[in-house]
Amino acid sequence: MSTISEIPKEEYITTCTAACAGCSSSLSLRYVLKAAGPDTVLVVPACCTSVIQGMYPNTSFNVPVYNIAFAAAAACASGMSKAFRSAGKKTNVIVYAGDGGTVDIGIQALSGAFERGTDFLYICYDNEAYGNTGMQRSGATPLGAVTTTTPAGKTETKKDLDQIVAAHNPPYMATACSAYPLDLYKKVKKALSIEGPKFIHILAPCPPGWRYNSDKTIEVGKLAVKTGSWVLYEREYGKLTVSGPSRTALKKPHPIEEYIRAQGRFKKATPEIIAELQQSIEKNLARIKKEEEGIC
Amino acid sequence: MLMISTGNKAVAAAVKQAAPSVVAAYPITPQTEIIEQIASYVAAGEVETEYIPVESEHSAMAACIGASATGVRTFTATSSHGLLYMHEMLHWAAGARLPIVMANVNRALGPGWNTWAEHTDAFSQRDTGWLQVFVGTVQEAYDATLMAFRIAEDERVLLPVMVNLDGFTLSHIMQSLETVDLGDFIPANRLPYAIDVKNPMGYGPMTGPDDYFRFRWDIERSMRDAREVIRETEEEFARRFGRKYGPAEEYRCEDAEVVVVSMGTLGKEAEVAVDILRKEGIKAGSMRLRWFRPFPDLDLKGREVVVIDRDYSFGFGGVVAASLKAKTGIECYNVIAGLGGQEVTYNDIADFVRDRRIGEEMWFGVSE
Repeated sequence: MSTISEIPKEEYITTCTAACAGCSSSLSLRYVLKAAGPDTVLVVPACCTSVIQGMYPNTSFNVPVYNIAFAAAAACASGMSKAFRSAGKKTNVIVYAGDGGTVDIGIQALSGAFERGTDFLYICYDNEAYGNTGMQRSGATPLGAVTTTTPAGKTETKKDLDQIVAAHNPPYMATACSAYPLDLYKKVKKALSIEGPKFIHILAPCPPGWRYNSDKTIEVGKLAVKTGSWVLYEREYGKLTVSGPSRTALKKPHPIEEYIRAQGRFKKATPEIIAELQQSIEKNLARIKKEEEGIC
Repeated sequence: MLMISTGNKAVAAAVKQAAPSVVAAYPITPQTEIIEQIASYVAAGEVETEYIPVESEHSAMAACIGASATGVRTFTATSSHGLLYMHEMLHWAAGARLPIVMANVNRALGPGWNTWAEHTDAFSQRDTGWLQVFVGTVQEAYDATLMAFRIAEDERVLLPVMVNLDGFTLSHIMQSLETVDLGDFIPANRLPYAIDVKNPMGYGPMTGPDDYFRFRWDIERSMRDAREVIRETEEEFARRFGRKYGPAEEYRCEDAEVVVVSMGTLGKEAEVAVDILRKEGIKAGSMRLRWFRPFPDLDLKGREVVVIDRDYSFGFGGVVAASLKAKTGIECYNVIAGLGGQEVTYNDIADFVRDRRIGEEMWFGVSE
């Protein structure tokens, strides 16, 4: 598959969701479900998707959605996956969780489920804050970003979730971004073709949280990739391959300012913080380049 | 088959026969022997159960919830801090109307670390929507666990059931155990609204006040219906296997003028105390409360009542005494005893009756 026109026309999210305008996490989920197909159950902890799916007795998703407490998604999926397999069913069990529910409160359950080799796909859609509760800082919030609990900008760096997941040696893990749906679609397809614990980390720009106009949601996602602030790759059985859209950034990333200036949340970032962000990008790109070349 | 067993192994033997599809569990003293035994059944291929060695009790209950939602039978076991760590998921399991069965080996709570018997762990979960039964013997631990699956999965109940047994004084002691040929005593689990990809639904989404309120009422309605399901199940158990159970186990209560109300293994000690007191001419009886949720109606009219609480609600009183008073209006002599595994003998219990001061509370060995 090489063009977006080849993605199936079936929709598993109706046009009536409770998502904000320009929401890229629901856009991402649209492609996740197109790739997964109807034999799929979503496990959703407290996050924006708890709201987006709509209120009882309605649901805007056309697959079963099991809502579960904040810290419990990966553990709930563990039980569900074992139950399906014990009944001889191959049903995809997909956790669709935000960054707070993954890098903070849910990380113990995530680690346990990966260590146990659970046959499931864990997707973290990362809008870099607690979006559902009105943009409070999470462990995934980047340095310098203003949130409602870091009104002067976050003073710590973003937790490196992918390195934590990689330490569990899953058979498949990847990064993705809502601005590149074909790349995301292919990664979900590949993940679901592999048995065992799989992980996809989607950067999901958030117009109200990141403070940009909702019509810029794709543009902001693309700037994250072009500046190398977010690198698209996949790691299959430990072998890392940088994905097409990130190839250019790997050679020559656009300056971080292009990404930062497109958003209101970095308005308090000092030149020192911007320089630190730029440095961390270069360090990360160098690390990924080395890993891909097999030098590390 | 007649054998010798610990309380823990009796629970495991019942679970093996109920054959849940998924057991997710985390070790904690004094419960661990239950899940070790189940893990060994699974490893030996003696039971077709998926055993999930989760990384915490919160995850144990979450995994049971995820599995149970697909319509399969599930079980876990815990104790004390493990039960408290599950607290959030206990509410979730009941709210999601999942017939999960759990053994809770009653143990005190830290600090300081204390692994001995106390009922505060289970009582602190009383408002979660779980049915709770307390057993007094190894045989009863086995029987109650079998019945728990049938009660939980009954379509009139569809609520989780917690089988409570005292840490060490029951979990680790050996008594005779007669296992049964189960036959069709526990019908196949048929969960309505189990997850079905051909009929996709949302489970537990955001719910407005009116619907939420109705769901809470549904839980209470099922809790009330559970009394009848429990009665039917215990009658059917007696008919098939010959052992009778009820909301409370009464001993020499018919003409009793003073009744000792207690729970768990202390209730068996109380029976010996009753015999001693009867020899002295004191018309005593024992009522060992078995079901805590739903709370039964006990006939205590016209008798003096001594309630032994192996628990305490700080700033209020013994939980069993307070519950009885709230339900029946009866004033009792409330003895707080056995916390953190404090030794309480039948002679001590006889003293509680001899020295009773109705309307007062006494902390055994501490206050006078």
